[in-house]
Amino acid sequence: MAVIRDVMPNFDLVQPASLADARKLLDSDPDNVWLMAGGLDSFDWLKDRIRKPKTVVDLTGIDEMRGVRAWNDGIEIGPLTTLTDVVNDPMVKAKYSILSQAAELVASPQIRNQGTIGGNVSQDTRCWYYRSGWPCYRAGGNLCYADTPVGRNREHAILDAQRCVAVSPSDSAPALIALDAKFVISTKNGEKTIDAQDYFLGPAIDITHMTILKPGDILTAIRIPGTWANSKFYFEKIRDRNVWDFPLMNIAAAMKMSGNTITDARMAVAGAAARPWRLTDVEAQIKGKTADEATGKAAGELAVKDAVPLQFNAYKIPLMKNLVKRAISGVQEATWEA
Amino acid sequence: MSPNPPNPQDKLTPEPKLTTTSTPSQMIAATNKVPDWNPNSKGNVRGQDKTYSPDKKWIGKNYQTPDLMAKVLGQAKYAEDFRAEGMLFCKLLLSPVPHGRVRGFDLTKALAMPGVKAIITADDVPPIADSLTDNGTVIKASKWGERALTNEPVYHGEPILAVAAVDEWTAAMAIEAITVDIEPLPFVVDPLDSLRPGGPNPRTDGNVWARPETPKAVPGQPPPRPPDPIVTQMKWSDEDFKTFQDGKLPLAKAPETWEYGDLEAGFKKADLILDETFQTADVSHICLEPRTAMAYWQNGKVYVHSGTQSTAQTLPAIGRWLHMDVKDVVFISEYTGGGFGSKITGGVTMIIPALLSKKANAPVMMRLTREEETLVGRARPAIIGRCKIGFTKDGRITAVDYYSLCNGGSYDAQNDGGSSARIISLLYTAPAMRWRGVSAITNTPPRAAMSAPGGLQGIAIFDPFLSKAARKLGLDQVAIRNINAPEGKALIGPAVNGKRPYVTSCFLKDALAKGAEQFQWSKRVSLPKRSATKARGIGVAISTYNAGSVGFDGLIVITPEGKFNIHCGIGNLGTENFSDVNRVVAETLDMDWNDINIIWGNTSKHLPYSCVSGGSQTTNAMTRAALAVAQECKKQLQEVAAKTHGGSPESHKVSRGRVGGMTYAEAAQAAIKLGGKYDGHEVDPGLNRVTKTSAAAVAGTGLVAAAKDNFAHDGAYMSYAAQFAEVEVDLETGKYHVTDFLTYADVGTVMHPRALGGQVLGRTTLGIAHAISQKWVFDPNYGIMVAKRMYQNRPPTILDVPVDMQWSALDTPDPESPIGARGIGEPPVGGGAAAILSALADAVGDDVFQRAPVNSDTILLSLENKKPMQHPLMAHI
Repeated sequence: MAVIRDVMPNFDLVQPASLADARKLLDSDPDNVWLMAGGLDSFDWLKDRIRKPKTVVDLTGIDEMRGVRAWNDGIEIGPLTTLTDVVNDPMVKAKYSILSQAAELVASPQIRNQGTIGGNVSQDTRCWYYRSGWPCYRAGGNLCYADTPVGRNREHAILDAQRCVAVSPSDSAPALIALDAKFVISTKNGEKTIDAQDYFLGPAIDITHMTILKPGDILTAIRIPGTWANSKFYFEKIRDRNVWDFPLMNIAAAMKMSGNTITDARMAVAGAAARPWRLTDVEAQIKGKTADEATGKAAGELAVKDAVPLQFNAYKIPLMKNLVKRAISGVQEATWEA
Repeated sequence: MSPNPPNPQDKLTPEPKLTTTSTPSQMIAATNKVPDWNPNSKGNVRGQDKTYSPDKKWIGKNYQTPDLMAKVLGQAKYAEDFRAEGMLFCKLLLSPVPHGRVRGFDLTKALAMPGVKAIITADDVPPIADSLTDNGTVIKASKWGERALTNEPVYHGEPILAVAAVDEWTAAMAIEAITVDIEPLPFVVDPLDSLRPGGPNPRTDGNVWARPETPKAVPGQPPPRPPDPIVTQMKWSDEDFKTFQDGKLPLAKAPETWEYGDLEAGFKKADLILDETFQTADVSHICLEPRTAMAYWQNGKVYVHSGTQSTAQTLPAIGRWLHMDVKDVVFISEYTGGGFGSKITGGVTMIIPALLSKKANAPVMMRLTREEETLVGRARPAIIGRCKIGFTKDGRITAVDYYSLCNGGSYDAQNDGGSSARIISLLYTAPAMRWRGVSAITNTPPRAAMSAPGGLQGIAIFDPFLSKAARKLGLDQVAIRNINAPEGKALIGPAVNGKRPYVTSCFLKDALAKGAEQFQWSKRVSLPKRSATKARGIGVAISTYNAGSVGFDGLIVITPEGKFNIHCGIGNLGTENFSDVNRVVAETLDMDWNDINIIWGNTSKHLPYSCVSGGSQTTNAMTRAALAVAQECKKQLQEVAAKTHGGSPESHKVSRGRVGGMTYAEAAQAAIKLGGKYDGHEVDPGLNRVTKTSAAAVAGTGLVAAAKDNFAHDGAYMSYAAQFAEVEVDLETGKYHVTDFLTYADVGTVMHPRALGGQVLGRTTLGIAHAISQKWVFDPNYGIMVAKRMYQNRPPTILDVPVDMQWSALDTPDPESPIGARGIGEPPVGGGAAAILSALADAVGDDVFQRAPVNSDTILLSLENKKPMQHPLMAHI
């Protein structure tokens, strides 16, 4: 049977107005339901006719899952909050500017107006083989087309690749990991709360899914504790174009300082592995050290010690090294020399 | 109008403009902040602030073009906006393989689906027809030519069949219900792979285009036309490929070559010889309007709506593709969303809805998606160029030995290699030069002319080598270009009939000097270049491309009601020259521009023969034709007045809508009474047949003036640009920003400053795209494009060019054209790329990149390893 792309197939569209209604829908037929938030990731899959769900549940009518509010000593963000609203939220700006900064670097203004924070963390990978419908490991097949001697893998993984070399493309996820965010998930057996980094899966755990969400699960809230509010933040995203581009790599760091000494730190990168990659070794190594160039350099080396380049992505190793260094010691401002 | 820049030097401070950690809002704020020392930001040096042609009323002035309001209000109708009663929608079945032979289809299920009305395959498409040139020469159809549908797909994505159904959703389901049995054939996407010993052939009969020798001229007869290229097999040896590992393009046998001057003597004279290889990328045109088309039949005539770069010349193309007389074809194209060379006479796919419409007996709309457009639309061929260049110690080029390998895609020989050589020969005035070229065939989508075909590649490849030579010789970058730049009637290309052709004029050195002054080149040279983490670089490039042609027609009808109608066959693809060139008519007849009505975009409205808007020829060619028809109109008005009221024709002044004592309405009524040459019943036999048909159709409806441009000229029209760039590179990430850019153009007389500025900056940006971001990526194992969406092809965004990007123009008339105007669409493209590449090399060194586009990966990895880390010969990475 011939293949055609870019024409939306038919499906039942359901638009629940409450989480309870969505829950009911999911409990009745969890395996045939596609959950959609802003649609930026979903519409690509649907229009390409690679995914043909019987029912699409448009979550955007559920007001209780939208907006930023105070929560204990931190904040709770409804996953349907648009990236633009995350960027502009006064509480986010005041206490968690790293998240505001990360969200503002996502894609383009139009996409941020439509795309949601929940969608940004839950989106699928952008490996161009997988997204074009090639029957790879991630699609349930038995081959990786990117990791061949001539596979085009400039944008693929240097870390934690196990058969699949796709990467997480999220800009907000590393920032949420750095902030020690908790993700609240509604399941058919009730609600559970997990650490941000545990929301994401590498290929060794599940090669066909990027997140822990099972059919019937809904991400209902993202909670950020007060622990890391207003710590020393660093976020940087490297991309080919200055707007409307996924990261080649990004880095998010939160550091607690005593003078110039790092007392505690959390750090994660995206674009390096299939999941946002938390740098726990680096965090441990820099604790108690001075936030200077030497600490940064040593941390950079440690961060990439397990990195394995593919044919076209070896640049990601020095890139990651330097981003880790900069996250710790900052960017040396340009003093132009003759 | 000499630029009078302020003297900002005392304020010049080397502040960095951007940091790599900028968010979009910070970035916009940073780039919006024009440093107060920047001379581009004030004074009257900016192109948009200058006064052009102060003695003219309409030429050189800004105005509102007749299509503008419709565009602003969303009322402009592009092909996709049309609807017809009972209209069906069409979807295409595209080849799943890069090369194969269709053995059969099973259409049963699709045809049985409710709502499916018709299916056509290659068997329903007429064979490729011969074509006829203007002078009546028959060009035999190529057996390798492209048809709208095929049974032997030669690239992944080539249309195999088309389904018409009541809506796209049904048509798509029908496609999915079809089984196609395809025998896979050998394929290749990298031209060098096809040239290796035993390498696969992309076509069953070969892998390169070769042109058979031109037959000898028979005395007393016109010289014979060079035969069309044919597909042939060519393989290089393992010995030839020895240089591959070193990143040098093998200099093996090439089907095409030319040479002039004494190459050996030139290299002997040289104090420095460079031998360099560089690769440009395959780049899609990415027109915002895809090749959408709608068609229906009425009373034996076919009506086709689609985009084009020439309304007048698309008509015969449709006639040829459908094997129909042009009198039975109506083509409607009032608005076209970009062409850039991909829609010179529309595209062959536009006959798919026409054929489906005939079969289904209902109008059919074919909308192409972005992915389909990337596959079925056109692209610029990549070129790998290897140049051996000799320089004297003062930087003068003594000899050039240039070899080009062009990835010509699946259909048609691409002349980008030959064109790049011709451009190099003019732009750097090499006294001796040899070109050898291969136009290779690959199983990748068809290529076509793209803004400065060959010009972009030639200049992007060659101009940065001047920068390298200047660094080695300790010379200034502007100076080394000035010493090699053409001027006046400079020579271009190889000898034709024993003599090298020349251009009409060239004032590039003037543009280079004025541009360097405006950009403050000498001051910028002295600025510090390095910080701990950043490097800054500046680059300059010279650039040129074709900019005119001659011999086209104009047609004016003054109705008995006094309406003044200019019939115009120029395609409206957004450059505004369908309107701009007609300012000449208002100027010549001393009319109010607002009294002129331009009729364009619909061949049922009787349009004259016009040039295609390709090769940047329209502004030159059609201002000439506009002047010819305006003068003819004036002559006729005066003769009609003389015949009506006595006196000599010259005694009746033509001004402000009157001739002598007569209004235009009275003159038109008199012209109809006089008949003959005054109302279109007799026209110049030298007019093109398209114009004659149109004139015959309007004959008797008023005063009809039709004329051909027979003005003299001497030389080939070319326009020029001097271009200047500054970049700032983050050495820790490889990320860089283009922080400043200026294009100073030599385009002859400026017709419409605002439109000119749009073209200069827009086409410069197209050039920049080739340097910084845009490319194709193919998987060579499977022969399939993997980067096929716009976000993956990465055309540059508005945040990738400096906000304060500047342009200016000399406004020196071309002496070989009565209006003095030349084209501008393509000339700035090559320099747009080259200036960035030179600036980057200035910042990070010569041995960092050998291919474009240059991205952070290239820079970072090469700096880390202290040598170029991307192979310059591998395709599509």
